[in-house]
Amino acid sequence: MTFNFNQGLTIAQIITFTVTAITSVPLFSSYLRGVDTINPIFTHHLPVWFGFAFILIAIIKISIRKKLILNQLGLKDAWGNLNGKNEPAIEVSNLTKSFGRIIAVNGMSFTVSKGEIFGFLGPNGAGKTTTIRMLTGILAPDKGSIKIDGINLAKDPIRAKMVIGVIPEAGNVYGDLTAKQNLALTGRYYGLSKGHIAKRTEEILTALGLYERGDDFVRTFSKGMKQRVSIACAIIHEPKILFLDEPTEGLDVQSRRLIVDTIQRMNKLGCTVFLTTHNIEEANRLCEKVCIINKGKIAAIDSPEKLKSTFEKTQTIEISFNQRIDKEALSNEVIFGVESMGDKLRLHTDNPDKAVKYLVALAQEHGVEIVSLVTCGPSLEEAFLRLTGGGE
Amino acid sequence: MSFSVFLRGVVVTAEKNIRIYYKKAPVIIFGILFPLFMFISFYIGRDIDISRFFPGFLAMTLFFTASSVGPLITPWEKQAGTYERLLSYPVTVSTIILGDVAAGMVFGAFITTLVLTAGLIFLAISVFNIFIMVISVILGCLCFASLGVLLASPSSKAPSNVMMLSSLVRFPLIFISGIFVPLQELGWTGLFLSYLSPLTYLVDIFNACLNGTAMLPLAVDILGLAFFTCIFLVAANLLHKRNLIKGL
Repeated sequence: MTFNFNQGLTIAQIITFTVTAITSVPLFSSYLRGVDTINPIFTHHLPVWFGFAFILIAIIKISIRKKLILNQLGLKDAWGNLNGKNEPAIEVSNLTKSFGRIIAVNGMSFTVSKGEIFGFLGPNGAGKTTTIRMLTGILAPDKGSIKIDGINLAKDPIRAKMVIGVIPEAGNVYGDLTAKQNLALTGRYYGLSKGHIAKRTEEILTALGLYERGDDFVRTFSKGMKQRVSIACAIIHEPKILFLDEPTEGLDVQSRRLIVDTIQRMNKLGCTVFLTTHNIEEANRLCEKVCIINKGKIAAIDSPEKLKSTFEKTQTIEISFNQRIDKEALSNEVIFGVESMGDKLRLHTDNPDKAVKYLVALAQEHGVEIVSLVTCGPSLEEAFLRLTGGGE
Repeated sequence: MSFSVFLRGVVVTAEKNIRIYYKKAPVIIFGILFPLFMFISFYIGRDIDISRFFPGFLAMTLFFTASSVGPLITPWEKQAGTYERLLSYPVTVSTIILGDVAAGMVFGAFITTLVLTAGLIFLAISVFNIFIMVISVILGCLCFASLGVLLASPSSKAPSNVMMLSSLVRFPLIFISGIFVPLQELGWTGLFLSYLSPLTYLVDIFNACLNGTAMLPLAVDILGLAFFTCIFLVAANLLHKRNLIKGL
């Protein structure tokens, strides 16, 4: 048995310590004192009792390894690892789903660690929504297995669904109910008590800036407010894993900020977040790991920074002049691409130093001023485009 | 899945349906106004003994009310985009179906009880066997609420399409089930067709309980109704699962 305190104690180690302590302390104390203070049977048959203690420990350890006790008690997650960060929250193996002749998801396998914000990116029709529907138990896969928080989704879907919160792509809330009624309905599906629902409703609606409108029908709300009610419904039961399918799509800045803040707050409380988005910048800012999929297959899976560095040779410079400059004049041996971006120009280069010196010289030569100049490292968007063939 | 979790899902789904869908126009039109107008058009201007036809009208009321909620729910939820969220809750498709059936049952039982009470008060009708009457109302509501949910299984995103389909199925049944023409007066072909309709068995039980005249033994009527209930529930379960993704 090895102990790694950085990773936390496992349940096996905790129980072993406890059982050893409980059985050994009274036995040793009575043995050392030489009197039968507890019961003569303890000291007279000391070796036998030690034997029993070790057999008991061995049985418990074996049981834990086979996940018998903890799975039965439903305690594995809370007790399995006190830190838990390295344990998988979502385990997907060889996931496949077809609709007729179209293979929407083709043999996908990945793992999401507990407490992670995991970004799931891909172009339209890549299989994101199909994957998230399978992970949330809405669709059954043709092949492959899914474990949510250690629970086999196919075998025990209700238990798996109890630990997740979902914001589906078309996941509207009921317009004919008020915001509070929507939350109460959701809470009741998860078996929360009335008191708990009322407390959580007040907390969440206040945090999402909707408390004043709690008794209004949702059909009178704006799109952003409806989406805030949607996220409130997804977190009312404090899920261990939160699935969000493009949660900020088409929202105003305020609603987007509130939703992003809520995602981050939930994550700080230990919630694992599985996020699909079209917004690459959002994924770059929020996610610890991103998975880029294309045509139902995983194209890449890594941290955003590592993915970006895969395409390190390409960097960009964004420059703005006070006068218009012909794009042709900007190209040279180190600048191999120029594109207009509003009042700015984006230049692609593999040598930013030479490119900047060239641009400064060019500005002086033409007698124009540089209004702004920004050098940008390789972007996740570029990695995305390369991996999905969008940049070809 | 434990039974308590399953039951909780059914009850919460039924409550949600009652709160949201009872007030919808198609439920009021097809569930309450339609049988009322059918009765008025049959009764007005004709010299008929209303108490003789009351069991048939009562059965028609139950049939229309209990089967009017089910066809609306799934298409409405798919159109409004709430169905996917519902599926993500700790429920199964069977839980949702039974919740929808329960909502239809409660609606049917409530309106039928109102009509029966009005009949007992204003038409001086008496119930020969209250126990059988209660059982048959519950079984009838379950049967026709299940039929309503089955009719929603094509999973169109447009509730109007499903309501049209449900009218196409429901209307012929009221003409072959002994409501307007007593079963005793039907010819062999009519009688054969009437036995294919679950409504026939309910009309016959109501005739036995309210008029004391029945065509078939009570056990056959109850078994017939129970048989159709099972068929509707199983078919609804299978078809809803098959069409789950359509219209999401």
